[in-house]
Amino acid sequence: MKIHIKNGRLIDPKNGIDAKQDLFIAAGRVVGVGRAPVDFQANQTIDAEKLVVCPGLVDLSARLREPGFEYKATLESELQAAAAGGVTSLACPPDTDPVLDEPGLVEMLKHRAKLLNLAHVYPLGALTRQLQGKNLTEMCELAEAGCVGFSQADAPLTDTQVLWNAMQYAATFDFTVWLRPEDAYLVKGGVAHNGEVAARLGLQGIPASTETIAIATILRLMKETGAKVHLCRLSTAEGVEMVRQAKQQGLAVSCDVAATHVHLTEHDIGYFDSHCHLRPPLRSQRDKEALRSGLADATIDAICSDHTPVDDDAKLATFAESEAGASGLELLLPLTLKWALEGKVGLSMALERITSAPAAVMGINTGHLSVGTVADICVFDADAYYQVAAKNLKSQGKNTPFLGMELAGKVRYTLVAGQVVYQGD
Amino acid sequence: MNNPQLNKEGKLTHLLSIEGLSASILREILDTAESFVGVAEREVKKVPLLRGKTVCNLFFENSTRTRTTFEIAAKRLSADVITLNVGTSSQSKGETILDTVDNLIAMHADMFVVRHSQSGAAHFIARHVQENIHVINAGDGRHAHPTQGLLDVFTIRHYKPEMHNLRVAVVGDLLHSRVARSEIHALTTLGVPEVRVIAPKTLLPEHVEKLGVRVFHDMAEGLKDVDVVMMLRLQNERMNGALLPSAQEYFKCYGLTQEKLALARPDAIVMHPGPMNRGVEIDSAVADGNQSVILPQVTYGIAIRMAVMSILAGN
Repeated sequence: MKIHIKNGRLIDPKNGIDAKQDLFIAAGRVVGVGRAPVDFQANQTIDAEKLVVCPGLVDLSARLREPGFEYKATLESELQAAAAGGVTSLACPPDTDPVLDEPGLVEMLKHRAKLLNLAHVYPLGALTRQLQGKNLTEMCELAEAGCVGFSQADAPLTDTQVLWNAMQYAATFDFTVWLRPEDAYLVKGGVAHNGEVAARLGLQGIPASTETIAIATILRLMKETGAKVHLCRLSTAEGVEMVRQAKQQGLAVSCDVAATHVHLTEHDIGYFDSHCHLRPPLRSQRDKEALRSGLADATIDAICSDHTPVDDDAKLATFAESEAGASGLELLLPLTLKWALEGKVGLSMALERITSAPAAVMGINTGHLSVGTVADICVFDADAYYQVAAKNLKSQGKNTPFLGMELAGKVRYTLVAGQVVYQGD
Repeated sequence: MNNPQLNKEGKLTHLLSIEGLSASILREILDTAESFVGVAEREVKKVPLLRGKTVCNLFFENSTRTRTTFEIAAKRLSADVITLNVGTSSQSKGETILDTVDNLIAMHADMFVVRHSQSGAAHFIARHVQENIHVINAGDGRHAHPTQGLLDVFTIRHYKPEMHNLRVAVVGDLLHSRVARSEIHALTTLGVPEVRVIAPKTLLPEHVEKLGVRVFHDMAEGLKDVDVVMMLRLQNERMNGALLPSAQEYFKCYGLTQEKLALARPDAIVMHPGPMNRGVEIDSAVADGNQSVILPQVTYGIAIRMAVMSILAGN
């Protein structure tokens, strides 16, 4: 199959390309940028006039809910959501049931995803068995099975000796440890940022120090163990500043932010909107601004969807009793574009946060369109506005705080390994 | 964002919290309550305003005073009243809040009076019910207890009619108190110029000053020259633990005694939402003293609840 994508605005942040150039694909790979290889005869031509052509999006956190939580979502529904969102590679956290702590489970997940052929799935292995924070998993075996990193997901790791050992062991083999910085004691019982809104609504607060104390511990242990760490879902201004300084000191740390937190604050909780019940919590305006500046100066490497499909019943409860999380695979692109527009950030730089930068965090060779690479591509209309509606979401999780909101950025084509896996209108 | 308490005409359709209500709506409730105070003194303590209506007291959490006063209020308005202590029935069988509510709607309930241990529970139910059904929040978690807030300002207005010239101190566990939040909103909305809160830092929510109050940690300083002292109940389970070392130390620092009360204005009134812990947050001599208006609060509670129910049913 040979595909010619013509007349589009090609944006490839990693290669510094932002120009009207055609793209040529053959045998699942990029074979020409700007100029067709000799004797190239396209079987299919995609006219991308007035559209942007960029590397397929790379999402650092999407819960696919398999195995174990098929009533919330299935691999098929969520990978269709990924395709519809222009996401061609994604990392999934290990908090499934059973937990991804055995190579067999990882192989099975990869195999099932491959059969569906809608997006490349890169599982994160559990850092500790059963995510219980006590015993290490077989990291080498898990890596061989396809894990790109090791994570505790949202499970606490209170025992700093275990954390120290896990980091030492991961450092031995140069594996990246993915941690969501959260002090297990300070967060206890909390459901919202301990700011004005929690004070008014009588919700138990989660102080910023919940995050910063954990970051301080992790950074300290990184220095002693030499481990590479990816910090997941920063939410506080102080947290961003700590990472900024650590990076200046040359520490091998990277971090991401959830797209929800780039746009929403504690005030969006309004009258107890359970769609805004997220982990970490939505914080203050000042924190949101700091997250945006962190993205702009690349302190924060990537924006992720933190896709967490939750069934309606689990959201249909009082704020504290509702299940945390938001569906987001299909909103990663529009929310990134919205940030670019509002933050006066160039399109190429914004796309870098959801393509080449997260690919670098995962250590996979994608997120760019160099000749010879696997042709994972997203073609979208940056100016097409639409209203977010539950019925239009492919994901089984309709739980998003953005329902009813107007967003710009519609995916027209998603290609995975040179095959069109999604075509939108 | 739509105010979930108002209908399309801007009239009160649910009472969920004081926050978000205008001073004129609060005054309408207080003035209506005024007219109901007399009903209790009549030989036939009934008015026919809610005749043929069914009021459902839905208590997911225990309560004696609030439940009873709501019941009396509804009965004095001639409504049919059902009281369900859900904590001991359906919920323990695993039924969800909404299933319980739906079943009662199927039995043609017109009004729900809801108490629940989770903040936002009354909002949650109000969002779910049809337009012609009214929800009254009788206390949700730490969030709000609007009828208590209203009866407190009603009591204050009765004894201190010049509200724009008052200093009010709220003392005690503000962190966990839905009563305090409702009192503060009611007072500030009605133009009380100075509301103080007095508590140790462990019992104050972060950013409490954003509610428009002055924060004091020293009781003597905080009580100086106030016109009204509103004491809050300290829950038993908070007395010994990570928030407070002991009931004795709490009483020493934040318990209201005659000596401390003497720092307030000589004609200051003392209030408490009940049930009281004598010797923990308040000394018996003060609770039963001549500055105490704790029992009138209970009496006015019935008038306030009658006022709220009749206004909601009328809108």
